[in-house]
Amino acid sequence: MSDWIDVGPLEAIKKRGARVIKTPFGCVALFRTGEDAVYALDNACPHKAGPLAEGIVHGKTVTCPLHNWVISLETGQAQGADAGNVATYPARIEAGRILLDGSFLEKRTAA
Amino acid sequence: MKKNLVVIGAGMASGRVLEHLFETDPEAYDVTLFNAEPRGNYNRIMLSPVLSGDKSYDDIVTHDDDWYAENNVTCRFGEHVVGIDRERKVVTGQNGDVAYDKLLIATGSAPFIIPVPGKDLHGVITYRDLDDTNAMIDAAAIPDQKAVVIGGGLLGLEAAAGLASRGMDVTVLHLMGHLMERQLDEAAGYLLRRALEDKGITVKCRASTSAILGNDKVEAVLLEDKEVIPADLVVMAVGIRPETRLATDAALEVERGITVNDAMQTSDPDILSVGECVEHNGQLCGLVAPLYDQAKIVAKTLLDEKAAYQPREVSTKLKVTGCDLFSAGDFAVGETREDIVFRDPARGVYRRLVIEDNKLVGAVFYGDTSDSNWFFGLIRDHEDISEMRDTLIFGPAFQGGTPLDPMAAVAALPDDAEICGCNGISKGTIVAAIQNGATDLAAVKAVTKASASCGTCTGLVEQVLGVTLGDDFIVPADKGICGCTDLSHEDVRRLIKSRELKSMPAVWQELGWKTPDGCHVCRPALNYYLLADWPLEYSDDPQSRFINERKHANIQKDGTFSVVPRMWGGITTPDELRAIADAADKFNVPTVKVTGGQRIDLLGVSGEDLPEIWADLNQAGLVSGHAYSKGLRTVKTCVGTDHCRFGTQDSTGLGVKLEKALWGSWTPHKVKLGVSGCPRNCAEATCKDLGVICVDSGYQVSVGGAAGMEVKETEALAQVPSEEEAIDLSIAFVQLYRENAKYLDRPYKWLAKVGLKWVIEQIVDDLENRKELVKRFEISQSVYRHDPWADHVKTEAESYKPIATLTLEAAE
Ligand code: SRM
Ligand SMILES: Cc1cc2nc3c(=O)[nH]c(=O)nc-3n(C[C@H](O)[C@H](O)[C@H](O)COP(=O)(O)OP(=O)(O)OC[C@H]3O[C@@H](n4cnc5c(N)ncnc54)[C@H](O)[C@@H]3O)c2cc1C
Ligand code: SF4
Ligand code: FES
Repeated sequence: MSDWIDVGPLEAIKKRGARVIKTPFGCVALFRTGEDAVYALDNACPHKAGPLAEGIVHGKTVTCPLHNWVISLETGQAQGADAGNVATYPARIEAGRILLDGSFLEKRTAA
Repeated sequence: MKKNLVVIGAGMASGRVLEHLFETDPEAYDVTLFNAEPRGNYNRIMLSPVLSGDKSYDDIVTHDDDWYAENNVTCRFGEHVVGIDRERKVVTGQNGDVAYDKLLIATGSAPFIIPVPGKDLHGVITYRDLDDTNAMIDAAAIPDQKAVVIGGGLLGLEAAAGLASRGMDVTVLHLMGHLMERQLDEAAGYLLRRALEDKGITVKCRASTSAILGNDKVEAVLLEDKEVIPADLVVMAVGIRPETRLATDAALEVERGITVNDAMQTSDPDILSVGECVEHNGQLCGLVAPLYDQAKIVAKTLLDEKAAYQPREVSTKLKVTGCDLFSAGDFAVGETREDIVFRDPARGVYRRLVIEDNKLVGAVFYGDTSDSNWFFGLIRDHEDISEMRDTLIFGPAFQGGTPLDPMAAVAALPDDAEICGCNGISKGTIVAAIQNGATDLAAVKAVTKASASCGTCTGLVEQVLGVTLGDDFIVPADKGICGCTDLSHEDVRRLIKSRELKSMPAVWQELGWKTPDGCHVCRPALNYYLLADWPLEYSDDPQSRFINERKHANIQKDGTFSVVPRMWGGITTPDELRAIADAADKFNVPTVKVTGGQRIDLLGVSGEDLPEIWADLNQAGLVSGHAYSKGLRTVKTCVGTDHCRFGTQDSTGLGVKLEKALWGSWTPHKVKLGVSGCPRNCAEATCKDLGVICVDSGYQVSVGGAAGMEVKETEALAQVPSEEEAIDLSIAFVQLYRENAKYLDRPYKWLAKVGLKWVIEQIVDDLENRKELVKRFEISQSVYRHDPWADHVKTEAESYKPIATLTLEAAE
């Protein structure tokens, strides 16, 4: 069962940009692509925990600001030769608002 | 006995309802039709051809007087309905009441008027009906008139094109970053803009209107950035609002539009509604296709037949000659969606398909829309496209056949096929050159000039080489900037200038980028090239910058940032030091360090605190040191004549002047300067990108030093007698580097490619050129020489904070 939390309007995030959501268990990075899709991922690169929200967003990927790993926003998988995985959480847009699946918080507690 | 049907609004939707009704059962109702406009039903969407002069009003009338007479419709045109009494079942028009058994509200929508001062001035109009159209035609009949159209959507652009074709000088103002952003992605929006500009229309995006100026009639439009655009006519086409006032007054259920169920009934079952004024399942509509579907359902419901309205996919085309665009379905990217992009820069063609679960869900086309109906069918029918996926983008003609091999396509070209458009070189000429011994690209270029101008045909020329020489020719390995393009940095820089590409989507489209929006390698480079070449036209894109340049601080390994204020030429004051100390205390800065560049670094500041710490530092007059930028870093100085017993000139003063002239400018890589007061060189000027050594007779300027991964001594550029000339020469050097170097080449690397001799010719020998370079640098600095924090503290502070803070309770 999902219960969706409204985290803010789409315009609060720039096209090809990101903002973080603070949670009791660390930050989640919320991305907006050039085509206005939103994705939520842990804000920590699988390499050395670089803050992904500060990366450059291109297509459906983000490049980590610390050492340029490229992470898929859809799957959380590192691309190319790099191996690693970040947790992703369901997010969507409805009527111009960004909604985040609330049950993810519980998953984070469990993890 | 016949029942009474009263219809409010004789527009496109109610017109259809009446047609269906009379066809099925002409005896069912006596119809009274109100219309606020003093005329009956006409084809509103054809107002644009009327505006452009391709059609007349008579051509677009759908129901004339005879039609209304034949069907016994009581017409009350030119009469507003002012009230509905649901208890008595009576409608009140300006000229009296009419009783109804069934009522149909079809009031359409009203143009949205932005609430700015001057909106009521004479000469400000909207674009909705025949009267508006005639007002525009009249305005355009006066010679030398200027029009401003506010709104770069479908309506605004059709108005703009119509006015321009009637000879008006037209400017379109659009709030968003690209035209028709609801229907088009950036690439198609760019192509559309280019086509409109070719028609002489000026397009300004990100333009926010703050007032319309004039005494008794409109004279100009004032933008938020204070630009004033003269105007004799202002057309507001910023959107529409469902016309729901009557329904609201009658206490019917209204959200954004009048709420209707599947049978098109409002919350009162005897009152139906149709068209742009209704809201069905949370959706409004603004195009005629869904209204026509609604109209069928209304007719059935009125005749007590069961029927349910189902919303359908819509597609958009723009009715402007020469602007072939098509957009349908949903082209936003989603978790499970994939894109197929096809660009043909030479023909100005762009196609993008969005695929989900093996089905086509959206499409955006520009330039070639010939197959759009076929694609629209695939979207509407949710067809499985997995079989034809590889060739889908080429359209129906390619389905079922074998995919085209590009080499085979080149082999099949006739000898007179043009390969190089710039120089008019045919395939035959190139083949002949190859057979005469020009067996690589450089040789072909030298002999025939093919690919020597804009360079976009380079790939084709290489393919001709491949076809002609067979295995003897190896198509050169990838020398592209990154996986998004095969073009090199140098190619791209040259093409941006020669083809006047002034936006990121322009580059992606014209140079055939293979990805929708580039990557972390090409975007920062493109952003730099564009802002360096078009300082006034291009607006910097922070999202294409590395985080340090986006947040104006250096990111650290733990995700915190460092803060380095400028200390001009290494000079500071007790007040500045106090402000830095106070900031370090207030924000618990863990490390305060003196850098190798003669200034102070506050390390370990959290990203969220950046706007606040900078607000404090700005207050004390400190500005960003750009310690993170591909731009001017530091100008290191020694104490010079002010204090030193050997000093020959004011090295500190010159350093400060140079830093004040150059700061804020963006460069291909970082730029560091040093100014020493005598050849003892305490400021290490001879290992900087540009160094000045002061001597008795003047200033020795040298360039191309480094002391990082490679250590390099500078080489002499020139000795000049005056401080002023030393400054001009330094600026000219930086500008020459800005205009020509590859992104991420430090000056010494760039010098190794172009040669110091060439640089000396450009800026030491050619004084005119030196002056021009300085002038161009100043133009760029008029945009970029300012403290980023002054803006960020004011307008961007919010974006440094989390978008939300969730507690456990929020999840429960
Ligand atoms: C802070 C400072 C060290 C210090 O504590 O003194 C420093 C710190 C960094 N330097 Fe440096 N450099 C600093 C002076 C120097 C100097 C000495 C100088 O400028 O006089 C050099 C050699 C001179 C030169 O540039 O030729 C220097 C050569 C480099 C290089 C190698 C550049 C090259 O072309 O070879 C890099 C890497 C790069 O830029 O790609 C670099 C990159 C860096 C970066 C920005 C690495 C990064 O990308 O994160 C460091 C940021 C640290 C941080 O977290 O804030 N730093 N760096 C100095 C800041 C000076 C300032 O006030 O702005
Ligand atoms: C210039 C232009 C170009 C367009 N191009 C296209 C296109 O290419 N493709 C497309 O699909 N759509 C296009 N549209 C949109 C299309 O015209 C509308 O979707 C359609 O006309 C809506 O039909 P409607 O019956 O709901 O409203 P309308 O056609 O607006 O009819 C409503 C009528 O109700 C009358 N009315 C309102 N209030 C009252 C009242 N209180 N009393 C009496 N009468 C009242 C109004 O005067 C009006 O005549 C275009 C629109 C314009 C203006
Ligand atoms: S540059 Fe020359 S004059 Fe200046 S401090 Fe050094 S040695 Fe002294
Ligand atoms: S921490 Fe992300 S690439 Fe190293």
